[in-house]
Amino acid sequence: MNDLDRHPVYMDHAATTFMKPEIMAAMAPYFSRYFGNPSSLYRFARESRNGVDGARRQVAAAIGANPEEVFFTAGGSEADNWAVKGAALANRERGDHIVTSAIEHHAVLHTCGWLEKQGFSVTYLPVDEFGRVDPGDVEEAITDATILVSVMTANNEIGTIQSVAEIGRVAHDHGALFHTDAVQAVGAVPIDVERMGIDLLSLSGHKFYGPKGVGALYIRRGTRIENLIHGGGQERGRRAGTENVPGIVGLGRAIELATADIEGHNRRIAAMRDRLVRSVLGSIPDTRLNGHPTERLPNNANFSFRYVEGESILLLLDARGICASTGSACSSGSSEPSHVLLATGLSHEEAHGSLRLTLGDANTEEDVDSVLEVLPDVIGRLREISPLTPVRARIPEVD
Amino acid sequence: MYTEKVIAEFTNPENVGEIADADGVGEVGSPTCGDIMKIYLKVEEDRIIDARFRTFGCAAAIASSSMATRMIRGMTLSDAWELSNADVVDALGGLPEAKVHCSVLARDAIRAAINDCRTRRGLEPRETGSSRCGGGTGCGSCPENG
Repeated sequence: MNDLDRHPVYMDHAATTFMKPEIMAAMAPYFSRYFGNPSSLYRFARESRNGVDGARRQVAAAIGANPEEVFFTAGGSEADNWAVKGAALANRERGDHIVTSAIEHHAVLHTCGWLEKQGFSVTYLPVDEFGRVDPGDVEEAITDATILVSVMTANNEIGTIQSVAEIGRVAHDHGALFHTDAVQAVGAVPIDVERMGIDLLSLSGHKFYGPKGVGALYIRRGTRIENLIHGGGQERGRRAGTENVPGIVGLGRAIELATADIEGHNRRIAAMRDRLVRSVLGSIPDTRLNGHPTERLPNNANFSFRYVEGESILLLLDARGICASTGSACSSGSSEPSHVLLATGLSHEEAHGSLRLTLGDANTEEDVDSVLEVLPDVIGRLREISPLTPVRARIPEVD
Repeated sequence: MYTEKVIAEFTNPENVGEIADADGVGEVGSPTCGDIMKIYLKVEEDRIIDARFRTFGCAAAIASSSMATRMIRGMTLSDAWELSNADVVDALGGLPEAKVHCSVLARDAIRAAINDCRTRRGLEPRETGSSRCGGGTGCGSCPENG
């Protein structure tokens, strides 16, 4: 990364990743040399068309799909919107009920909220203390009117991985379509749309070292789904708009790299993450790990530090050169902390005191050391300021 | 999103702590809102000779507490009562719109501490004209605003 001076330790890979040089190199010719519109008929545009087709094969291979089942979008949010709105609207005569979970990304939750205004009914399934959806709850929630089940593969805040294959089977047993938002999961959770019973799957390039503003929706052959973006005949008439050729080429190369050795990648990242978690829990009292102890993304660590607020933690970490994220929202108008943390049963205070650290391919053991050096000090300082801190958890005052 | 003054005040706050023999203590906010501010006053006759705070909350809340306690040190109780949240915002070189409620909390905590001081002296508390977290800030978490 060129930003090393300003951000020596970047641990917010769930927000976005840097782009790997080999991915940028794969994209480069499509900005300049092969700038043609893939829809044009002359031979010059053929390279652009080939680039898009190649990326489609790469995405399909990574998730066990056929290339003609992969449709490129302008990112994960568009893919989620398309999947949920498109499936709901196309199957309306069969039913008006959707089952989803309380911890979905807002791209799914707010889309479901919009559909409720259009007359659909939505069941938001609860999760257990670790953030897991019980497939039995999915079964119970399904009615004759259920047309779609949408449950994410892995959560963006706490990293909890769902029993996707089981949920997919339950949905299919009852004739409902199954969509999964796999935006955080690609490259960490092996995905096979056949084996997992997935009809619709969303993914996004910039979460696995590819470019921003490009994603894809997998649509199983034969799935009834309305179009979201109307216009020209691109993407075989399913998604209008001239293709983002360099972005698509980058996404293809990125997913190929991200899924080449998932097990090895996970082992390396999880080893660092596990040391981080162990040391933080061991060195900072009144701290909990949010999410599932084992069924979680290998790069995700999400803590709640009692007595302190997340934004303060974040800004003090930033002052010491560490980039992280929080589920706190301390502002008028939107002071509700993370819906995900609240759904796992955390109190408002604990949710406000959350910190998410998500590791990536450029992180080193030295980065973990830096966090372990800085974090106890930051929490200690804020606990010194907080009126909630019990005397036993305070550093002795030096005045 | 914050001015350099806010960041400086937040990273190096003044007046953190308690006053063991305080003449007035005011606490506002709640963990639900994500902000709790507690202000301690030491008063000689009618003048604030020491002001300290403890705050649970975001950078704006901590910076507002620090700035507000600095501003009221040496003030008379009636002058400190008149300190407005806009005075605190100005002293911080501005706050983002969504964070202005933190400066309201600081004003309310000071008024609560002054009223506590008045009550201890056998005086009637003054009308604060605010709900417990500043009110009307659109926070949504408080039943008063819900």
